[in-house]
Amino acid sequence: MTTQVKPRGLFIGLTLLCLLAIWLSLALGPVSLPLFDTLRAALRMLGVPLAPDGLEQAELILGQIRLPRTLLGLAVGGVLALSGVAMQGLFRNPLADPGLVGVSSGAALGAAIAIVGGSFFGGLPEWLGPYLLSVCAFLGGLGVTALVYRLGRRNGQTNVATMLLAGIALTALASSAVGLFTYLADDATLRTLTFWNLGSLNGASYARLWPLLIISAGVALWLPRRAKALNALLLGESEAGHLGIDVERLKRELVFCTALGVGAAVAAAGMIGFVGLVVPHLVRLLAGPDHKVLLPASVLAGASLLLLADLVARLALAPAELPIGIVTAFIGAPFFLYLLLRGRA
Amino acid sequence: MLRAQNLHIHRGRKTVLSDVTLQLESGEVLGVLGPNGAGKSTLLGALCGELAASAGGISLDGQALSHWTGPQRAQRLAVLPQVSTLDFAFRVEEVVGMGRLPWQSGRVRDDEIIAAALAAADAGHLSGRSYLALSGGERQRVHLARVLAQLWPGQAGQTLLLDEPTSMLDPLHQHTTLQAVREFADRGAAVLVILHDLNLAARYCDRILLLEGGRPVALDTPQQVLRPDTLQAVFGLEVLVQPHPERGHPLIIAR
Repeated sequence: MTTQVKPRGLFIGLTLLCLLAIWLSLALGPVSLPLFDTLRAALRMLGVPLAPDGLEQAELILGQIRLPRTLLGLAVGGVLALSGVAMQGLFRNPLADPGLVGVSSGAALGAAIAIVGGSFFGGLPEWLGPYLLSVCAFLGGLGVTALVYRLGRRNGQTNVATMLLAGIALTALASSAVGLFTYLADDATLRTLTFWNLGSLNGASYARLWPLLIISAGVALWLPRRAKALNALLLGESEAGHLGIDVERLKRELVFCTALGVGAAVAAAGMIGFVGLVVPHLVRLLAGPDHKVLLPASVLAGASLLLLADLVARLALAPAELPIGIVTAFIGAPFFLYLLLRGRA
Repeated sequence: MLRAQNLHIHRGRKTVLSDVTLQLESGEVLGVLGPNGAGKSTLLGALCGELAASAGGISLDGQALSHWTGPQRAQRLAVLPQVSTLDFAFRVEEVVGMGRLPWQSGRVRDDEIIAAALAAADAGHLSGRSYLALSGGERQRVHLARVLAQLWPGQAGQTLLLDEPTSMLDPLHQHTTLQAVREFADRGAAVLVILHDLNLAARYCDRILLLEGGRPVALDTPQQVLRPDTLQAVFGLEVLVQPHPERGHPLIIAR
């Protein structure tokens, strides 16, 4: 732990990594654009006056497909990583994951209800479908989290261990309900369900993007204000209380931010696992556990890693596309095992 | 100034603390002694507001404890629990720096205070190391430095509550730690410290509260409290008490 990177160097490195990931994410895909053209087209779209020779197609692809997809990846990756930091702080355990409090599975249940319910009524109207799906996923995530939070409360205090166990139980319950819907679904619905359960940035549109962008920005601006309190919370709840922190309020904020962030991310891109677990961990290995650095650095690292994972999802079986949840789990699960086995030194 | 008035605490039907009245005076070190399960930690929990009193009340500077906002209270009252669980690789000075959270004293002043508090806990040489790489005793000293930093430099009106701060320390550091606590009190703060070692209590405390089965048995100077008949009655331990050859405070020797 003595070989930690200075925060400044870390932020410079992560910013460069993030810019590189954005560049590649804009350029590569079924129709790969020359890297330099992508850069010129992107700069033109940002208002830099460059000659438009031969950039029309690039600008069209960028504007309609790649840019919303890249923004979606940035927001989802960033907010999942932030939620991971919040949960690891709340449970005072570096191996906690946003999935623990039931947000992910609740959101999945909400979406499954929308998908299967929609097909039962003969398909949702074209203009309503995507919104309804997102709203249901979001409400499902928030609902299950609220329930977990209520179950963990006794005599005005929130018992984190009870919350954890309630989260596990409700996750199992929600998963079995999703399983039931999967069993009852017809072939077309099944495909939507599966793809959605495994997560994907495919089909990103500005309409689905805005709510997520606003929520992510809100969470990303709010949590760093509580960085010092989060540090103190790692000492223990009563110790944080003796340092003058309103611990119950802090826990409420953490649960609320996570439910909001993960709910919105799942609503927009489906279930994407392990980002919330692995990213804060990696940042901690590099720069230590101080939340003043950890929170902003996790946003950058989470956004970059999700974009890179999406590149793998796009390119590995091109022209077919892998669900991104498979890619993150494929990288994340072995990493998680590695973390378990190397101890917590 | 921290004051407990006719304090009672029930857990279920059991009374775990009954009728404790005490006032921590500025500049004094008050030791709390008693067998295991006598209610020492319960008393400390009640004094810092963590356990609700079933009857009676706690006041800080004349106002009910619950009346204070978090940071205001934290500027006046610091608490060192018996064990601390911290599972993240903070550097030692970051852990101590958390003690400065209730204050807005600025980075430069905070760094000075962190260094001073670490030195007081004889942990200055641990600066820069990861908390997780420390031994149990070293961690205990770092947490002591953290609560010292919270009230540093210590003045009248401030109170420090310590639950067995020497339980994991070697003999030398048991003394350096209590010496640091003594100096903290000499600057005006009031200190309540739970101890098990009768001789440490005799040497460093101004007054001693002896608890048994949740009841206060005695609250007086070490000379008055640490007597063979009292210790026999409370601890079931046969002892000789003699004056310390050089310092004069009672010296307790098991027979």
